[in-house]
Amino acid sequence: MHPSVQGIVTIVVGITTCVTYFYVSNWVLDHVLFPAKGPKTGRNINRANMVRPWLFLAPALAALGLYLAYPIVETLYLSLTERLPGNEYRWAGLDNYRQMLDDPKFSEALVNNLLWLLVVPAFSTAFGLLAAQLTDRIGWGNIAKSIIFMPMAISFVGASVIWKLVYDAKPAGEAQIGVLNALYVGITHNDPQTWLTIMPWNSFLLMVVLIWIQTGFAMVILSAALRGIPEETIEAAVVDGANPFQIFFKIKVPQIIPTILVVWTTITVTVLKVFDIVFAMTNGQWETQVLANYMFDKLFRANDWGVGSAAAMVIMLLVTPILFLNIRNARREID
Amino acid sequence: MHAVRTQSTLNWTVHLSVLFLVALWIFPTTGLFVSSFRTVDQISSGGWWASMLSAEQNLVVRAAKPSSQVQDGNLYVIEGGLFAADKGMVISAWGISSKAIGAYKPNQFAELRKGGRITVTADGHFRMVNSEPFIGSRGQRIFFTAQVPPEFTLANYHEMLFDSSNIDGMAGAFLATMTVTVPATIIPILIAAFAAYALAWMRFPGRAMLIAVVVGLLVVPLQLALIPLLKLHMNIGIGKGYIGVWLAHTGFGLPLAIYLLRNYMAGLPRDIIENARVDGATEFQIFTRIILPLSYPALASFAIFQFLWTWNDLLVAKVFLIDATGQTIVMTAKIVELLGTYGGNWEILATSAFVSIAVPLAVFFTLQKYLVRGLLAGSVK
Repeated sequence: MHPSVQGIVTIVVGITTCVTYFYVSNWVLDHVLFPAKGPKTGRNINRANMVRPWLFLAPALAALGLYLAYPIVETLYLSLTERLPGNEYRWAGLDNYRQMLDDPKFSEALVNNLLWLLVVPAFSTAFGLLAAQLTDRIGWGNIAKSIIFMPMAISFVGASVIWKLVYDAKPAGEAQIGVLNALYVGITHNDPQTWLTIMPWNSFLLMVVLIWIQTGFAMVILSAALRGIPEETIEAAVVDGANPFQIFFKIKVPQIIPTILVVWTTITVTVLKVFDIVFAMTNGQWETQVLANYMFDKLFRANDWGVGSAAAMVIMLLVTPILFLNIRNARREID
Repeated sequence: MHAVRTQSTLNWTVHLSVLFLVALWIFPTTGLFVSSFRTVDQISSGGWWASMLSAEQNLVVRAAKPSSQVQDGNLYVIEGGLFAADKGMVISAWGISSKAIGAYKPNQFAELRKGGRITVTADGHFRMVNSEPFIGSRGQRIFFTAQVPPEFTLANYHEMLFDSSNIDGMAGAFLATMTVTVPATIIPILIAAFAAYALAWMRFPGRAMLIAVVVGLLVVPLQLALIPLLKLHMNIGIGKGYIGVWLAHTGFGLPLAIYLLRNYMAGLPRDIIENARVDGATEFQIFTRIILPLSYPALASFAIFQFLWTWNDLLVAKVFLIDATGQTIVMTAKIVELLGTYGGNWEILATSAFVSIAVPLAVFFTLQKYLVRGLLAGSVK
């Protein structure tokens, strides 16, 4: 069977199974287990309504449990064991973590990741804020927004190819087809540089790709926040003779600090997971390694599940503060 | 008066700054897009930004073979064109040796090493004249520098998409990506919608905690799930393949789906639901007849997110789908492979990248509204 046919069959089977499950389970609940008739009508309706949420939730909970919750526990376990030939596992305590800490590639990845965490959210948010503020004031702002937002639709791999062309280097004397080298050679008359191999700037050149992608996200969210600012506060400032910069930095920005934090943390999570850009552009060579790519390397090239899982746990650990922050914020909003 | 002037300078600064930002943001993509319509020679002859103008290129062509010579009085002549006349190229210098490719101007004469003389005109016509017959089997090499007008071609796309003899073609990978994406987008929606309804409109103990769990799972890095799930898939016999990747994408997409849909459904007017309950509608009916149709915008938002995410994904496909045979390789993985083998062949890289980017870009520009709505609703406030 051709995979695309298999795909269509899967869609049909998947949807039919879903609908059947929900329909049949509800029917059984209402007509067989707790029928809403006879002497116990009231009690039955109450009981059915206590069970029903779990019927609605069951498939989702099963999938979430199996595909996201269980792996956290299993990865923790794998990070504390050593895989022996023949699918056996030996308890290794913290050996994997120790081994990982001794690996210079790991410290390189950690340092780089911390740099990414500082640079990418900061620049994306700043550019996003700038773009949001400026585009809201002009007639063709929506077109400008679309264009700045567009990289969000492009895959990390696609973006990597796009930027590799920007950073491309041809031998000295040939026409430079990468714009960075064309400018560099044109202005300084030096020999062209292979940018992606020049430490430590190459890491920043990779960060540029993610900043380019994430700025649109920041802009969209912040632009909505800016428009939500009460007019009166701005009018009052204008009457008091504030100049546009004062209005922006002293009136507007303080009012959208919570949204800026949301944007910042969301991009931080994206940064921690970033894998494709490094994988496609340098594959961690020339000291550009990051945690997610380090982990992939260990898991699927070195086949070292212990250290790979330990690296995954480090990523999880770094995400955890944001996880709790998000939960706290969400609870406050729901209550 | 002074205030008006600063106002208008400020306006100009705003327009110019935005223009600069926009130019900066679109420039890299344009580069790849333009490059995908250029031939190998054009790409290496200079930056894509110059391709809109005519460019100077060094080219080499072999003149017609000696067998085509004609006798003109007591002279032997070989003549012809170096390129088709409709190409609009203009020669500025030419030569007959690779050591001096620009030794002569158009209409000047050069002495041939084997006897005779040659001349080339600016529009590419050459004429070799000799008193003896020309000998040998191969034509004379002529080097020339010419202004080549901009020219774009669809040949790269033809080669990467429709040339079945090209083992690096993208057609198979395109189909594989499609096969991954469509079910992986549709299946989570229904599962998530039921769960979201329960979390939004049913009262039961543990509801708040479940919402918190969903919010927490939203940021769990899927890196953690790779090995445990691959192990699981191997153990239950799914192995690497489409089933596995569909399941994985469904699992990974659910937190966002539930979160987005719950938020949206919770915002629906309470009266509608209460009235329906009073009228004796079952929860199942309320869900399918009222909630689901009303939630259409949120469903669309999530569908777009999930589509973009699965279409653009590399990691999940590499781990759960692509096996050693490479039959099921998706476009993102294929492009990374091409980056490895053809690091400098931009006609191949640009074209294959654009084949993969084109679909999400089309989705983006047609359905941007829903994407923006989804982003606004989906970021944890």
